[in-house]
Amino acid sequence: MNLYLAAQDPTLADFGKDPWWLVLGKIVFAFVFGLLATLLGVWFERRVVGRMAVRPGPNQVGPFGLLQTLADGLKMAFKEDILPRAADKVVFFFAPTISVICAVTALSVVPFGPKVSIFGHWTPLQVTDVSVAVLVILACSSMGIYGIVLGGWASGSTYPLLGGLRSSAQMISYEVAMGLSIVAVFMTAGTMSTSGIVAAQGDATQLTIAGQQIPAPGWYAILLLPSFVIFFIAMVGETNRAPFDLPEAESELVAGFMTEYSSLKFALFMLSEYVSMVTMSAVTTTLFLGGWRAPWPITLWAGANSGWWPMLWFFGKVIALVFVFVWLRGTLPRLRYDQFMRFGWKVLLPINLVWILVLSGLRSIEDWQTKDRLLWTAVGAGVLLLATLFWPSRKKAPKPPLQEQVNSRPHGSFPLPPMDLQVPPSPRTKRVVAEREPANVVAGSESGEV
Amino acid sequence: MTTQTVLAAAGQVSGGEQVTFWILAPLALIGAIGMVWARNAVHSALWLVLTMLCLGVFYVLQAGPFIGMVQIIVYTGAIMMLFLFVLMLVGRDASDSLIETLRGQRVAAVVLGLGFAGLVGSGLYRALEGVQAAGLDQANAEGNVQGIARLLFTKYVFAFELTSALLITAAVGAMVLAHVERRKEDRMDQVATMKARFRPGNYPGPKPGPGVFATSSSVATPARLPDGRLTDRSIPEIMPVRELTAEETTLKGTEK
Repeated sequence: MNLYLAAQDPTLADFGKDPWWLVLGKIVFAFVFGLLATLLGVWFERRVVGRMAVRPGPNQVGPFGLLQTLADGLKMAFKEDILPRAADKVVFFFAPTISVICAVTALSVVPFGPKVSIFGHWTPLQVTDVSVAVLVILACSSMGIYGIVLGGWASGSTYPLLGGLRSSAQMISYEVAMGLSIVAVFMTAGTMSTSGIVAAQGDATQLTIAGQQIPAPGWYAILLLPSFVIFFIAMVGETNRAPFDLPEAESELVAGFMTEYSSLKFALFMLSEYVSMVTMSAVTTTLFLGGWRAPWPITLWAGANSGWWPMLWFFGKVIALVFVFVWLRGTLPRLRYDQFMRFGWKVLLPINLVWILVLSGLRSIEDWQTKDRLLWTAVGAGVLLLATLFWPSRKKAPKPPLQEQVNSRPHGSFPLPPMDLQVPPSPRTKRVVAEREPANVVAGSESGEV
Repeated sequence: MTTQTVLAAAGQVSGGEQVTFWILAPLALIGAIGMVWARNAVHSALWLVLTMLCLGVFYVLQAGPFIGMVQIIVYTGAIMMLFLFVLMLVGRDASDSLIETLRGQRVAAVVLGLGFAGLVGSGLYRALEGVQAAGLDQANAEGNVQGIARLLFTKYVFAFELTSALLITAAVGAMVLAHVERRKEDRMDQVATMKARFRPGNYPGPKPGPGVFATSSSVATPARLPDGRLTDRSIPEIMPVRELTAEETTLKGTEK
């Protein structure tokens, strides 16, 4: 079976042998995937956030409101395109396109599946792969920020400028944390090509603990948990999504960098945000969640990782990650700017550096006896840490009753209403309450409709 | 395509490499010229980004994919972004003025620039004289990244560490210059700020609008604090404070 699996795994040498029509087909597929993901992603986000806010979300256009985004897109295309007088015209025009191009380009090195047969050609389900594919993704994401920064600058007004400024500072600080968390993946996988990293996560490593062979999971999300967590946080910062959507913070900057944008240019910014969200989810899946490989219970079926099936697992993982993005947006309030920067530089970065140090130290220990002992020490330390974290604290002294607390406040404190306050009815409201019919009418009676 | 191009480029110049070169080389030159000629500082930075992107692709073409990508990530991604950040902080209309503040600085700049170019050129020429190129095939024998890493951490480790020490010195120097010393007792944490805000005598909320908790929505009616007292802070100083009578506040009969 291992031989069979190995035949499925694409290597770097498998790329660059396709006929031109196959390359074109793959490129079109990746592009259409990005666009469709945006169409469905906006709908998905609005529906999920709606459910979280106990309301239905868009449900009028098409079945389940599926065509809502399409209708919105059409509407946007027919809106007036406004060019502010103070704008820098060329840069203003190019900024959204830079964002979109960079977001879509990153999809070209994401592996969608293993090698399959397309019209007799045995080819990997990936547009291309290079020996530094992950760096290509990083380069795309860092170039994509240019669109936001330049859009903010070129608009020629204050709020967009502030948004662009924030975005550039945000990108510089969070890209460092992101790059450092990928370092751990490089160290473990020994390669920078995306297909190589997926292949490296396929074979489960055998840990020898106390003389027993225990198969460790191959996913780097489990093996390199700190890297995974930091990568995900940095990724949310990099894609300008809530709670890190400071460049477009509505409550502070109107719409941030896209305040002056309208019509199709605005639609392009919207598109790039969602495409980069999906792209980044795909990249996380590739780097940390085993790529197109099936998760554990499915792997019991021998054919899980061959043919076209892996694409299904891949899309499943991507959708799950997009759901987490939406979940974060529905749950967390936006960070204050200084807290956000402090979090990046003083928390994520040091933790990452220490973790890389620990990891490289562990990897450089060749002696298995020492490693065994170290592992046990680490497990013991972890248990101790958890115990201290969750140890029930001593009971606090009971607080005095509320009235006593209020009375003990010094003179001139913030005025409080009396505890037994009864709000008098406003003289301006009509007394309609008493005259209205009782609400709980018997079902089936004539006055059933209100 | 890319892998094959890169591998082929190690040996001889392929057709694809030539086409890419002749498209990108003029672009890189245009970027360089535009960077010098652009009046606007941000435009200048953008032209430089174009040149750097072209250089990155050239590195990839010449069988150095790692250095090419690092060029794009570090130089165009991070360093030029910092440049833009500073330019945007300075202000968007920071165009070059053509008035010379220092007499004769252009001539001096040209002479010094030519002299520096001559020094670097002759130094490079003398250093490379008589060096036999090993060829990219040999350099990339165990992989491009691995080859660079081996050289960087064995033969050139001292130069590498020296460069990093230089950069760290510069960073620490900048931090010292920008650092504002604050005594510990001057620094207020979140809890202290909140306590100061709710201290007696300090009103913690925003100024109440006129008419809030009042019997009328007139601008002249002062707002009431939560405990029922009137507050003068809510009305303009120029207005006389007055309470409306019950007659004035009753319904006028204009509502349906």
